[in-house]
Amino acid sequence: MPSTAGRKVKKLRERSSVSTRVTLCVIGFVLFFLFMLPFILVIINSAKERMEIMLNPIALPSDWVQIFTNIRDVINNPNFSYWSAFIDSVIITVVSLAVIVVCAAMGAWILVRNKTWWSALIFMAFVAAMVVPFQVVMIPLVQWLRMMGDFLRIPLLRNYTGIVFSYLGFGASLSVFIFHGFIKGVPLELEEAADIDGCSRGGTFFRIVFPLLQPTAVTVIILNGIWIWNDYLLPVMVLGPNGNVQTLPLAVSAFAGAYVKQWERILTSALLAMLPIILLFVFAQRYIIRGMVEGSIK
Amino acid sequence: MSKKHPWVNVLFLAPVTLAFVLVIIVPFFLGIYYSFTDFNGVRSHLTLVGLANYRVMFNDPIFLHSFLLTLQYTAINIVSVNVVAFLLSLLVTSDLPGRNFLRAGFFVPNLIGGLVLGYIWQFVFNSALLDMGRNLGISWLSQSLIGNKNTVIWAMSFVNTWQYAGYIMMIYVAAIQGIPANLMEAASVDGATYPQRVFKVLIPMMASAFTVTLFLTLTNSFKQYDLNYSLTSGGPAALFMGKASKASQLLAMNIYNTAIAAKRWGDGQARAVMFFLILVIFSLVQVWLNKRKEVEM
Repeated sequence: MPSTAGRKVKKLRERSSVSTRVTLCVIGFVLFFLFMLPFILVIINSAKERMEIMLNPIALPSDWVQIFTNIRDVINNPNFSYWSAFIDSVIITVVSLAVIVVCAAMGAWILVRNKTWWSALIFMAFVAAMVVPFQVVMIPLVQWLRMMGDFLRIPLLRNYTGIVFSYLGFGASLSVFIFHGFIKGVPLELEEAADIDGCSRGGTFFRIVFPLLQPTAVTVIILNGIWIWNDYLLPVMVLGPNGNVQTLPLAVSAFAGAYVKQWERILTSALLAMLPIILLFVFAQRYIIRGMVEGSIK
Repeated sequence: MSKKHPWVNVLFLAPVTLAFVLVIIVPFFLGIYYSFTDFNGVRSHLTLVGLANYRVMFNDPIFLHSFLLTLQYTAINIVSVNVVAFLLSLLVTSDLPGRNFLRAGFFVPNLIGGLVLGYIWQFVFNSALLDMGRNLGISWLSQSLIGNKNTVIWAMSFVNTWQYAGYIMMIYVAAIQGIPANLMEAASVDGATYPQRVFKVLIPMMASAFTVTLFLTLTNSFKQYDLNYSLTSGGPAALFMGKASKASQLLAMNIYNTAIAAKRWGDGQARAVMFFLILVIFSLVQVWLNKRKEVEM
């Protein structure tokens, strides 16, 4: 397939005239500029004082150094607590992803390697649940987490445990589905060979199968990672809008709510919230795009 | 193999299945139960009320209003996101220089959550565009597009299109690259013009991609909450069937506000159940229609 795609591009390249290419180029970069405009506005206005924004929100800032002043003010603002929100977001995202990848891969492997009525039923349940929107379960979920927490004496609301557990549950469907699709293609002979060599069943998975799942794990990590990092509704329900544990979206929301129309503050906080993921994208662009597209098509 | 390793089976399958059951399956059925009660968040207060919550919902013009707004928002998005995404995909699969750079750029808005984007666009609509309108003397920009009850849904769809088109574009790009090049070549040798080739060759060959993209845009618009919350919070005020309503309160926000803000949890849950049923019916119909098209090709 790559060869035919390559030939198509080459053919087109021979065909289209210089004037067409110039026109396309102009259209492309004008569109690009328009797509970037909101971000440009965030950057230039993060480098202004409030009065300057009010007087002229679309002009370049008179003094770019102001951006550092604004960032320092926002980071040190007790209503934002950027670092603690950033660290909470990192902890929640990273731990959830690790748990999702390991648990979903293990589960999917068992489901693929056992062709029985129960494996078919469980797999069907995972697939069917993909259509359940979060809004349908959010209200009972909070009650249920409280009940389980009281029963088990492990508080599940307003802390890491409950939200990581929730993300495992909500990430399970798609992740099991994606791993399931890939593991089906892993030759059984590999596992049988390991079995003959005296590898335990669990060892077979972690030493033989799991390393093979790496590309699929990247897809699962990216799909779930972008969702978890940006998620707002689940944290607001499980962590609460003013709890001790705050993710970045919760912190931005609380901050923007506290300083209505104080754009130099809100836009700077938006800039700080966007920065980590944009930086990540710059370095891992190919993986991110591939992961998100593959995940959707499957 | 299964008989040999029952403990490994249980041990490996349990964590993910347990979390899934406890976080989705149990709350799902618990939610259906709550929708028949007068639950208000305080546990001691819970009695069965039959269909009362559903009756309240059907008699609430504000719920109907939210439903219609969500329909409008979804319909606009399905068209605008897909048209923009398709045109962008044609652009970035052509031979223009820098197409990979453009692809990545169009994709960027998708990486940032709707919540943060909502605040940014609130600034764009309420400050930057107003200023531009004033300076350039454009009268329709002189008042905020999200402050006007007739334009607010369109403005939200505009932001959604900007956010989502790059992602859908990538799916189209993958589909276009999967089409054998000689098909388009043959059509062009036969004298088909570029639009003819796009409509008669490219689009029919991409039928399965359209099933995916239409499904994604449909469900995503229908479930919209974050952007709605941070961009407009449901406002501005509007009159619907003689009742004070909100011009951009989509279904998800209506559910949240009924259950959490108004502390009518049972009532909110009845709406959530209804929301689920409507979404399932819509997506089934959409996938069925698209699959039928796929087969015809």
